[in-house]
Amino acid sequence: MSAEGPSPAFRPAAAAALKNPQLRANFRRAMDGLMAKRAAVFADPVEWRDLRALGSAIRARTLARLPELLERLEQSCLRHGIRVRWAETTEEANAIVLEILKAHGATHVVKGKSMVSEEMHLNDFLEEHGIESLESDLGEYIIQLDGETPSHIIMPAIHKNRQQIARLFGQKIREARYTEDVDELTAIARRVLRKKFFEAEAGISGVNFAVAETGTLCLVENEGNGRMSTHVPPVHIALMGIEKVVEKLEDVPPLYSLLTRSATGQTITTYFNMITGPRGQGEKDGPTEVHLVILDNGRSRIFADTELSATLKCIRCGACMNHCPVYTRIGGHAYEAVYPGPIGKILTPQTEGVGRRHDLLEASSLCGACVEVCPVEIPIVELLVRLRREAVQGDRSSAVLQAGQGRHVLEDVTWSLWEATHRYPSLYRLMAFAATRLRRLLPSGLPVLSAWTSVRATPRPASRTLHELVRKAGVPDA
Amino acid sequence: MLETAREKILARLRGAGARLAAPDSDFGVMARKTWPAVGRYPRLRRMMEAVKAEFVEATEASWPQAVYEVVRSQGFSTLLYGPGTPAGQLLSDSWPAAEGPRLVPYNRPIEETKRQLFDEIDAGFTTTRGGIAETGGLIVWPSPEEPRLLSLVPPVHLALLYTDTISDTFWQAMRSEGWSAGLPPNALLISGPSKTADIEQTLAYGVHGPKRLIVVAVRRGANT
Repeated sequence: MSAEGPSPAFRPAAAAALKNPQLRANFRRAMDGLMAKRAAVFADPVEWRDLRALGSAIRARTLARLPELLERLEQSCLRHGIRVRWAETTEEANAIVLEILKAHGATHVVKGKSMVSEEMHLNDFLEEHGIESLESDLGEYIIQLDGETPSHIIMPAIHKNRQQIARLFGQKIREARYTEDVDELTAIARRVLRKKFFEAEAGISGVNFAVAETGTLCLVENEGNGRMSTHVPPVHIALMGIEKVVEKLEDVPPLYSLLTRSATGQTITTYFNMITGPRGQGEKDGPTEVHLVILDNGRSRIFADTELSATLKCIRCGACMNHCPVYTRIGGHAYEAVYPGPIGKILTPQTEGVGRRHDLLEASSLCGACVEVCPVEIPIVELLVRLRREAVQGDRSSAVLQAGQGRHVLEDVTWSLWEATHRYPSLYRLMAFAATRLRRLLPSGLPVLSAWTSVRATPRPASRTLHELVRKAGVPDA
Repeated sequence: MLETAREKILARLRGAGARLAAPDSDFGVMARKTWPAVGRYPRLRRMMEAVKAEFVEATEASWPQAVYEVVRSQGFSTLLYGPGTPAGQLLSDSWPAAEGPRLVPYNRPIEETKRQLFDEIDAGFTTTRGGIAETGGLIVWPSPEEPRLLSLVPPVHLALLYTDTISDTFWQAMRSEGWSAGLPPNALLISGPSKTADIEQTLAYGVHGPKRLIVVAVRRGANT
């Protein structure tokens, strides 16, 4: 968990983040830059509309055929020599990875960026079993050095500025001298990691798209660490969530275009790496074994609900967080979740339980900025509202994890009073009379009001009710 | 017998998925992106130069000499290449034998050559299958003759591109060439030298892959 978050709950972590001007400045700067870059590459509104509709349709078609496509992906992979394993839970996935590594006696592993591996807490798990698992994406490498988790799914070290990174490198890397020059810092990381790529006995990566038709695993990256991790070591293990599959190879280019443009405003990344098998006949390099681990980890439960299954359309571009007014102010760590920001607010409560993570469902003003930029049209706001309802309604038939367990006593009492007030006219009139006559006495410290009044003026009701004013103006009661 | 994770996951998905609709996918937005043939190379070059790729232009007859000139003038002492392709053959046939930079064939398994590949090679040479006009980018299909690491581990990547092999878009390239009928174990798009923006979103080149990408662009035919 985050080093900055003093408590494992969202509210105090968010409050602490808001008081950290350095953190806020780092995020504000980064998010402003990302929003401007994205807007520049989607300058043509017609193209954006049509491409987005296509991306959304491809992802919806994929989900409609999900079990069939996963089986087809498995067959295609097997045909080309990629071994496929399935895991229901992160524990199972970790055990599979460990088993493969042990079979090869691997003790040094290099990793490309993978959010699924963050779900698995794979690095910690492997360290516990005596295997060094080194992140090779520069951002991931930086935060691993500092014992942190990613604060953004695309730019994991976005919360740090160059001075913080310079100090970190100076302290943690033996051969590094202190420098704040980005090119020099990058060169230091290159030197350290080249050695690691050379020595590693296995490489681990995520998957951006897995093509059922051809059995191709697609990886999107700029640094080359993904290619290094998947092609230099003799064994490659790729990790994917069940939703990463697409049906046809031609489904990939539109999604790839939407992904890179939405994420960082790039029309194309430096590398697009398509892996359709281990080292082939006559090939001189490439891994001799490629393994694909397909992880569920709660996704099939999300899939069971036709409305909520839209969560699984996500292609992990991060545009929703870049445009989120809440994320920009508190950063990624405050969410205390693998996936922060708007997508995390709908995903995490579904995988960890709407009771346990009710806090995340409330962390939104429902402004809809995320919905506007989502390249696959996930109705994040509608799903948030739906999940808020699931959190408080104890419907036993609901497929949502911990449905009905997100209730607060205070909220329940407040709503019961509200209901009673509106059910009984005499009680309503009494409350209205009291509110208008005692308006200056309204206690701002009332628990139900304090969240509002702690940072805003206490609302003062008018001195007379609308009923009274209208009656006084001579309008008779209806 | 115990149910496997695979069966349990698939059973849960089968129980739920039939209720979702599969909408039609209109690829019109991909199909309408076209450029006149003569405009493709200039566009590709402009897009790739924007991400720091370098270009050298040559003819069918002059490109081996152009490659040699780049290697010599940049002071590289070794160029790794695949001797088994026609281009590789041409390159070695026309490589000046005497002194100067050395042409090193990549013709043995990585297990025997890893140290040399990482420590002694200044640049790697590959052919390309084509390019992409829309976004810039080279299509590179590694093969037994041109191994995967040739375009990755050496600090400089020289790539031979015939300008008449450039497609309008990635989507059109894979469709017109029928990629879905058979892809090699590894296929790549490469649009520039390795880069990162992970520190303060400041762009830095040459993080893990090649620090430089030099495209040797060849215009085929007399008048182009």
